[in-house]
Amino acid sequence: MANSKTLGESLRRHGVTRRGFLKFCSATASLMALPPTMVPAIAAALERAKRPSVIWLSFQECTGCTESLTRSHAPTVESLIFDHVSLDYHHTLQVASGEAAEAAREAAMHENQGGYLLVVDGSIPLADPGYSTIAGISNVDMLRETAAGAAAIIAVGTCAAFGGLPKADPNPTGAVPVSEIIRDKPIVNVSGCPPIPVVITGVLAHFLTFGALPELDRYGRPMVFYGQSIHDRCYRRPFYDKGLFAETFDDEGARKGWCLYKMGCKGPMTYNACATAKWNNGTGWPVEAGHGCLGCSEPDFWDAGGFYNALSIPTSDVTGTVVTGAVAGAALGAAAALLNRGTQGEAREKHATVTVDDLEKGV
Amino acid sequence: MERLDTIPVVSASSPGSAVGVTGNVLPLLHEIRHALERLARDRDPTVIDLRAIPFAPGDEERLLSLLGRGEVSLVLSALGRSEIRESGYPGVWVVEHYNDAGERIALQIEVTDIPAIARSQVADIEESSTRLNDLLMNDNG
Ligand code: SF4
Repeated sequence: MANSKTLGESLRRHGVTRRGFLKFCSATASLMALPPTMVPAIAAALERAKRPSVIWLSFQECTGCTESLTRSHAPTVESLIFDHVSLDYHHTLQVASGEAAEAAREAAMHENQGGYLLVVDGSIPLADPGYSTIAGISNVDMLRETAAGAAAIIAVGTCAAFGGLPKADPNPTGAVPVSEIIRDKPIVNVSGCPPIPVVITGVLAHFLTFGALPELDRYGRPMVFYGQSIHDRCYRRPFYDKGLFAETFDDEGARKGWCLYKMGCKGPMTYNACATAKWNNGTGWPVEAGHGCLGCSEPDFWDAGGFYNALSIPTSDVTGTVVTGAVAGAALGAAAALLNRGTQGEAREKHATVTVDDLEKGV
Repeated sequence: MERLDTIPVVSASSPGSAVGVTGNVLPLLHEIRHALERLARDRDPTVIDLRAIPFAPGDEERLLSLLGRGEVSLVLSALGRSEIRESGYPGVWVVEHYNDAGERIALQIEVTDIPAIARSQVADIEESSTRLNDLLMNDNG
């Protein structure tokens, strides 16, 4: 349960020196994507930070977001954060189940009324609440009930943020994101399928450090992580600008590390931190592995025209972003877009299905 | 079909060249040079967080090998290991923090006379004076 000890006190009790604390603060600044000049402010804030209570609800989801979180690659930082947040309810990670688990949730809600952080992964089915229930309680009822006493909500993953895969056309369960049900609480969307582990913990660290939510973009995502497109930070960008594109997975361009635009890379319409934060302990990320970006942190990415079709104008409300991306691109990129006119036409129709043939022939 | 191990892996440039595949290293070296000028002129230190830089494969190695190694290397043991070493350019330090599991949690370039974390910290100095005091008291008693 949340207690009144500050992080500074609890670290000292564990024998962490001031130097250790400074190291922790530098890593936290880096984790939160804040400039190193913020370290003294972070140190001062963390020194005073109180332990918040966190309730984590999982609805229509694949547990990938929780997998991502528990594999975040800075255990020193995260374990200190997690030792310091009180994860009072998480039905995948907690031991208790069924009614005992629900009792723990109600106790945490009651004790920290108005002050706990609610984390949600998964979308909420509205077509028939029976599609997804926990201890017999429908997702929508549990969300409304738990959100009522929360200080803020973090929607983790594209399902909770935008509906995700469950909401993909034709959306059989009537899936909606958290923001369509809860309108009177601050909501942060940490999108991605799954989100980058350090982005999830970075947002939690921000709340723990400053007791407030970070600055958000128009989709409710933290600007520090989602402020720039994959394309603008991609190390393959110089090839895009020169018009050097890989055409298939094993041609000369692919071997030389050229731009993956023609193989369907959605980097120009996708806002996320993959190009800098990277994946798997910072080893690499999809584009570095030679595969285009799928656009998984954008609304309706499943219906954006096929993963292997060169970027086209999708039907969803991401259109504005795409146009900006295309305008920002060089003339050569526009030429490449023209080459794919046929593909664009198909994609404009609601959603183009990817067949095994598409995968085999690339674009 | 070709087997994985028969596909040749070639790096597009050698670590000796500052340009590399993407040219990411060159602007960073310019940034470090400007920071050194600020340090020499105004005693104004700079920290560059390399996690915020979109490196291509090989860029980090290229940068570190170009900076080289200088006279001082320190190992810090606090919440896991950290390495603090002066590069071949005095005033330019490379700071790497690792966690208990040996995974790197931060990589920074510090342009300063000595990275702040290498100094003994005021709070720790106060505590060590108390501890030494206690030790002497116990010995006497
Ligand atoms: S299209 Fe994709 S691979 Fe090409 S530069 Fe943009 S993000 Fe990188």
